[in-house]
Amino acid sequence: MDLLLPHLGLIFWTLIAFLIVFFLLKKYAWTAILKGLNDRETNIAESIASAEKVKLEIAQIKGENEALLTAAREERAIMIKEAKATKEKMIAEAKEEAKTQAAKILVDAQAAIQQQKMAAITDIKNQVGKLVVEVSEKVLRRELANKPEQENFINQLAQEIKLN
Amino acid sequence: MLAKRFKYILVLAFSFFLTIFSVNVFAQDASHEGEHKEEKLDPAKIIMEHIKDAHEFHFFTAGSFHATIPLPVILFSPTKGLSVFSSSHFGHEGEEAHNGYKFDALKNIVAEDGSTVYDFSLTKNVVQMLLALILLVLLMTGIGNKYKKGIGVTSAPKGWQNAIEPVITFVRDDVAKPNLGKKWTKYMPYLLTVFFFILINNLFGLIPGSANVTGNTAFTAVLGILSLIVILFSTNSHFWAHIFWPPGVPIPVKLILIPIELLGVLVIKPAALIIRLFANMVAGHIIILSFISLIFIFGAMTKVAGWGFSPISVAFTVFIYFIEILVAFIQAFIFTNLTAVFIGQAFEGGHDDVDGHHDAVII
Repeated sequence: MDLLLPHLGLIFWTLIAFLIVFFLLKKYAWTAILKGLNDRETNIAESIASAEKVKLEIAQIKGENEALLTAAREERAIMIKEAKATKEKMIAEAKEEAKTQAAKILVDAQAAIQQQKMAAITDIKNQVGKLVVEVSEKVLRRELANKPEQENFINQLAQEIKLN
Repeated sequence: MLAKRFKYILVLAFSFFLTIFSVNVFAQDASHEGEHKEEKLDPAKIIMEHIKDAHEFHFFTAGSFHATIPLPVILFSPTKGLSVFSSSHFGHEGEEAHNGYKFDALKNIVAEDGSTVYDFSLTKNVVQMLLALILLVLLMTGIGNKYKKGIGVTSAPKGWQNAIEPVITFVRDDVAKPNLGKKWTKYMPYLLTVFFFILINNLFGLIPGSANVTGNTAFTAVLGILSLIVILFSTNSHFWAHIFWPPGVPIPVKLILIPIELLGVLVIKPAALIIRLFANMVAGHIIILSFISLIFIFGAMTKVAGWGFSPISVAFTVFIYFIEILVAFIQAFIFTNLTAVFIGQAFEGGHDDVDGHHDAVII
């Protein structure tokens, strides 16, 4: 048993032992261990990645909600503004309508008053004529024999009278 | 909790180590004094006996009592065929001949008639290596089964998984991936086997009274040559082109470089692996045994000096022991890492080697 020279028996047994151990461990240990470690690592990495993704998605949804809310607020403001404008327009229109209506009524009323006044005046004229004739008749019955001539004269007079 | 248990084991190992070795060398001392008084204490012989392989597990000798475990001797002779017998047939000192075989001066088994004989004995290195490997296989297949069942995949790892897992991920992330690039998965089983094969034998070799398996050229040669085979099978045409026609140098230089490059690949790289592991482990064992022997060298002068020096010697031994535990891991790592580096060099280049030639020879 020399210290430096390799001994045949030990070489032989070491070689056999190493090869057996290598194949046994390769089959029953290393493959499973490396696969297990790899699976765990990918699993953890995937979990972290998916968590990160969910986080991003939540942030995105939050942003979207924010945008939706802002849009809704703007729309509401626009609607309110429009409603106000419509209201004002309607009021103005109503006012205008009322004014024109009132004016028309006034004009109509004036026309009717005028008409009735004219009718009344005509009536009064006639009445006055009649009364004048009657009065004149009564006054002049005795003085004037020619009745038709007198009436004409009176009518003429009556026509000349302007009552207004 | 594991760390605490580990500490207890260490303490136990140290106490065991100290008792065994002191008994051993004291006993030898006593036996020398008792039987052959003229024989002096020879630390070199004792140390060499401890670090070399043997055909039996010899623990200590007290008087005429030999605490040994005989191991099977398996011999093959072209003339006599296969013969298997116990090493106890050679006698306690290996002085007797059996079946036409005997020990020579270097404790090698030779045939008495001088014919060639091939020794495939289960020596103490072989037996200890097999025991260590059975433990390794049981441990690793147990862990593999746990991963198969999903423990450590979908749930937290348990027990030994926690101890082995960082080592495996270390080999994967710091040895295989940086050196082997995309092909790392292919070499992982080999690298892991080499790493744990060396590590467990290093650690078993540190148990007091055990065999020095990794500090043996036969053991390291097998691993070195297997690594060489793996390296050679990983080579590509670019690698061989660099060796047989190194680019960028004049032709006379090429002619000088070719044998050097070829030698570097076929001899220097595996030899570096083989010698490094062997020398480191042997050196560690020699230092520890030397510190212990110092006690008996002083003791041979006067008893008082021996006793007086023992605390210093023990303190140094404990210190070296811790370093040796570190070295057990470091050497396993270095062997694996250099194998990975050499494999990486064998198939690198060709496609991504545009920035010149970085053929730094790592030995």
